[in-house]
Amino acid sequence: MSVDKATVAKIASLARIQMDDDALERMVPELNNILGWVEQLGEVDCTGVEPMTAVIPNTLRLRDDVVNADPKTGGDRRDDILANAPAAEHGFFGVPKVIE
Amino acid sequence: MTNLTELGVAAIRDGVAKGDFTAREVAEAFNANVAAAQDALNAFIVTTPDAALAAADAVDADRAAGKELGRMAGVPIGMKDLFATKGVQTTAASHILEGFTPQYESTVSSNLWAAGAGMLGKLNLDQFAMGSSNETSYFGNVVSPWRRSGGSNTQMSPGGSSGGSSTCVSARLAPAATGTDTGGSIRQPAAFAGITGVKPTYGRCSRWGVVAFASSLDQAGPMAHDVRDCAIMLGAMAGFDPKDSTSLDMPVPDWEAALNSDMKGKKVGIPKEYRMEGTDPEILKSWDDGIAWLKDAGAEIVDISLPHTKYALPAYYIIAPAEASSNLARYDGVRYGLRDLPEGAGLQDMYAATRAAGFGDEVKRRVLIGTYVLSAGFYDAYYNQAQKVRALVAQDFEKAWEHCDVILAPTTPTASFGLGEKSDDPLAMYLNDVFAVPASLAGLPAMSVPCGVNSEGLPLGLQIVGKAFDEQGVLNAGLAIEERAGFTAKPEKWW
Repeated sequence: MSVDKATVAKIASLARIQMDDDALERMVPELNNILGWVEQLGEVDCTGVEPMTAVIPNTLRLRDDVVNADPKTGGDRRDDILANAPAAEHGFFGVPKVIE
Repeated sequence: MTNLTELGVAAIRDGVAKGDFTAREVAEAFNANVAAAQDALNAFIVTTPDAALAAADAVDADRAAGKELGRMAGVPIGMKDLFATKGVQTTAASHILEGFTPQYESTVSSNLWAAGAGMLGKLNLDQFAMGSSNETSYFGNVVSPWRRSGGSNTQMSPGGSSGGSSTCVSARLAPAATGTDTGGSIRQPAAFAGITGVKPTYGRCSRWGVVAFASSLDQAGPMAHDVRDCAIMLGAMAGFDPKDSTSLDMPVPDWEAALNSDMKGKKVGIPKEYRMEGTDPEILKSWDDGIAWLKDAGAEIVDISLPHTKYALPAYYIIAPAEASSNLARYDGVRYGLRDLPEGAGLQDMYAATRAAGFGDEVKRRVLIGTYVLSAGFYDAYYNQAQKVRALVAQDFEKAWEHCDVILAPTTPTASFGLGEKSDDPLAMYLNDVFAVPASLAGLPAMSVPCGVNSEGLPLGLQIVGKAFDEQGVLNAGLAIEERAGFTAKPEKWW
């Protein structure tokens, strides 16, 4: 399978990366090179093979159901969380207007 | 007096403990080397000489007070700029995170500071750890201290993504540095720079506070001059962390204490599929040397087969970009980092403009590949197939362990190359990690040990891969090679 400019534009839009025509033109052969190369995976007979989702068998743990069980990941950290925001206002993240 | 910057982790720790020199003297000596090399090598994105001195002073005060010292006490280190460090800019070498100042400390760096280490600065890397030559950083290329022999002044690649780490250790700007390895990013730069680097079993080191690239593959590890130094530092970095859902809930062995290079009774597997066409003959020769050294150490050499080796790299280049496209969705110009808000733009336009301005070309390429292979209609053909191949690669190793205890292979198909020599061809660059990626896909511990220099005077590394959780077996085989390789080459100082 290979991609054309329209497909790359669609992918870029899904990935929320603005790309002008020149950038799209440049990206088409680069992506096709990589996609052409990974295509060889189709040769591998994977009948009956389960896709691997975890390298080390591990069960997900539940933490104790208490508030602020670990202060580093618990609550009461509003100011820390907003400290790096480009536009924090009134204790919230500021974004451009989304409703007309 | 001893030249303190020639010392490694163990020598510094022991010298500080004995009172041969103070931790402050060590920190001052490395701070001076860091400052003197910054313009030429660009190994650091920010330097933190005061942090190094403060940590050293705390160790000296503890020693004066007769307190017990940590296992890294008095050792200043370089911290790859992928680890969140409280109050110190953390960028992943990207524009989108430029100026980001974490309000928290990663688990791995916390563990190191608790063990008495100090921070010399944040090390440059390939942007978001995506690259094998350290040419994708927003903050400029890292330059290797190594040069081809015969008076060449071509700037050489330090490898990647942990290129700042490999450069700072080999140029004696730090006795050790943290690295992270997703598909070879510790081992390949270690090999290029003539130093030792360990990627432990997936889950040994917490990923909490490490900027995520491909979460099912990312592992932190030490990069240092020798096997003992790596064993010490890995011991300080590793440990169960409830804040990382994939952290291994297992005790951390005392790897340093159990180091033993006697390989009697051990079987070393030599995978025939790694004898690939086009591999540099000097690399193959170094592999033969390694086989002879391990035999000399008492090991039995057995031929093994890892039949899906050829497919590991293409599978990796589906899985890693897929995970990256998902992980990097968080950079949206809302919560932290760069915001590009064109006049009159709405929210969606802001996302797209921010990401266009904030990501470099290689990052965009991988996010696009990842988005494509996860998209409706292509998910099964690409992503699911790659995850199945990944299972087969892991099974190859499982079967190999019926015949051997560790596997010996080259770390890389070539020695270091000049900056710019491969950057036009992403695929040629990816092939650098052909020997490193299979162990990453299977989550296995693996390391690179320097084994010699090629005819151009550039270092070569040998790779040892072990069973899950058997870092000790990997380190011991590495030590057996180190003792016999007698690697003492150093880059000649030109910077």
